[in-house]
Amino acid sequence: MKNRAGEITSAIWLVVGFGFLYLPIVTLITLSFNESPLVTTWTGFSFKWYGALIRDVPIIEGFVLSIKIALLTATASVVLGTFAAVAITRFKRFPGRTLLTGMVNSPLVMPEVIIGLSLLLMLVSVQRATGYPDRGMLTIWLGHTLLGMAYATVVISSRLQEMNPQLEEAGLDLGAQPWQVFFLITLPLISQSLMSAWLLTFTLSLDDVVLSAFLSGPGSTTLPITIFSRARLGLNPTVNAVATLTVLVVSVGVVIASVWLARAEKRRAREMAAAFRITT
Amino acid sequence: MWQGILESFMGHVGRRFVISVPMVFLLLVFAMPFLVVFKISISEVDGVRFVDLLTWVDGVLKLQLKFTNYRVIFFEDDLYLRAYLSSLGFAGITTGICLAIGYPFAYFLARSRPEIRPGLLMLLMLPFWTSFLLRVYAWKMLLADNGVFNNVAIALGVLAEPVKMMNTPFSLTLGMVYTYLPFMVLPLYANLVKMDIRLLEAARDLGASPWQAFWRITVPLSRGGIIAGALLVFIPCVGEFVIPELLGGPQTLMIGRVLWDEFFSNNDWPMASSVAVVMVLLIILPLALFNKFQAESTQGGRR
Repeated sequence: MKNRAGEITSAIWLVVGFGFLYLPIVTLITLSFNESPLVTTWTGFSFKWYGALIRDVPIIEGFVLSIKIALLTATASVVLGTFAAVAITRFKRFPGRTLLTGMVNSPLVMPEVIIGLSLLLMLVSVQRATGYPDRGMLTIWLGHTLLGMAYATVVISSRLQEMNPQLEEAGLDLGAQPWQVFFLITLPLISQSLMSAWLLTFTLSLDDVVLSAFLSGPGSTTLPITIFSRARLGLNPTVNAVATLTVLVVSVGVVIASVWLARAEKRRAREMAAAFRITT
Repeated sequence: MWQGILESFMGHVGRRFVISVPMVFLLLVFAMPFLVVFKISISEVDGVRFVDLLTWVDGVLKLQLKFTNYRVIFFEDDLYLRAYLSSLGFAGITTGICLAIGYPFAYFLARSRPEIRPGLLMLLMLPFWTSFLLRVYAWKMLLADNGVFNNVAIALGVLAEPVKMMNTPFSLTLGMVYTYLPFMVLPLYANLVKMDIRLLEAARDLGASPWQAFWRITVPLSRGGIIAGALLVFIPCVGEFVIPELLGGPQTLMIGRVLWDEFFSNNDWPMASSVAVVMVLLIILPLALFNKFQAESTQGGRR
């Protein structure tokens, strides 16, 4: 009897919780089809705000720039994150280990205004001394990569930790060089986590406002900066249309990627089990 | 033999290389900038340039440190202290609410039927992936005076006239809870799902009520998840900028916005730097705790 009550409470809590998480997203999508420029007063169904997007130069330019930065950020973050994750999980003792883990983990929680301000002020000092770099795509990319690397390291190192240590040890025992073990054994085994870290940092970069605002220069306005400056002024139907497209593309991408990754994971687990059965 | 020496040398270099690549990157783009900010916060501004702290003129070594900004923050203009306190308050309240909603959420998720769990997890992760900026903006539509909530309530006859919800402490807290809830639920879930159910069964067998078993077994065992979740919510909330800017309105005071205005509106870089330095001091303890915690959870080094 008690159990039944518990199940009902559980179901209600989950439904309400998920409702809370999804209510704004559903609203955003529904109202993007509202004909009225007042956004929240429904006057009729229309695709006109999507049509308006095509002629909206700041949105289009911001989108192109954001995609470029996100591609660069995701790639750099995964490379740096792999280095950091291997260093943290595989080398137990080295001078500066605490410093490295501290610097990798802090950006996860550090308020972005602090990261953005300090990185910008340093870049300005460097620029005054050497004439380089100008604020723009490169500086935004640096900031995003700092943040993305922290997330990538978390994702990759958790995978490295749960990996079966015997596989790497066997490789070393059989005479492979550490770098051969890494490229032939470790890397294929953590490839799914590299993929999810790439996707995560890609979406992070695509979404970032604060770092971009600090680090952008004239002529390098990313999509989130444009959206943010419109959203600050009030409700804006074009923002809803952009939002709907973003949510759709990201959700479809993430769902497909996770299903694919889960399948690959299962297949690998099966192969691994089979391999161990043969050897024993 | 030579090959052996060469190999161990290569192994050593390889290890160095793996450690130094992320180390150098982080020192350059994360640690160094903090030193620059600290330096600028105590620098005199001469027109547009910052005066060097140490100058050597005619055989006189001069150290010039300017503490005016800190005096203003702590003693002269109470705007700053009020903003710090109010940020801590909002961050604390947000963390508390996230824990109160998130704990049962994570608990029921971890105890849900295994076959629906991956789907539920996916549902939880999805908002986390889709744009945070757009989801915050969406609350503007729901909460505005002529927004969805008010329109629906008036149409149903529940309300006679719109209730003001936007640009209040309520809308700000709601936005922060909404944004940071997944950060609370995920570490809690990861912790609770690993918990050994047999411990609870043992407690029940020994005569504990479900409620007692929950408070005396489950909660203490999930302490790690609670701390991780609370820090993941609290620290970034203190310096949050986008949510107060979009949902908070002019009255709600948050230090992230004060910093932003010093930098972008007043162009006062030293002042913005001082505000940042004090903010770092304010969150340094929780930050150290978070780092310690993260280091422990990645303490899987085997060699």
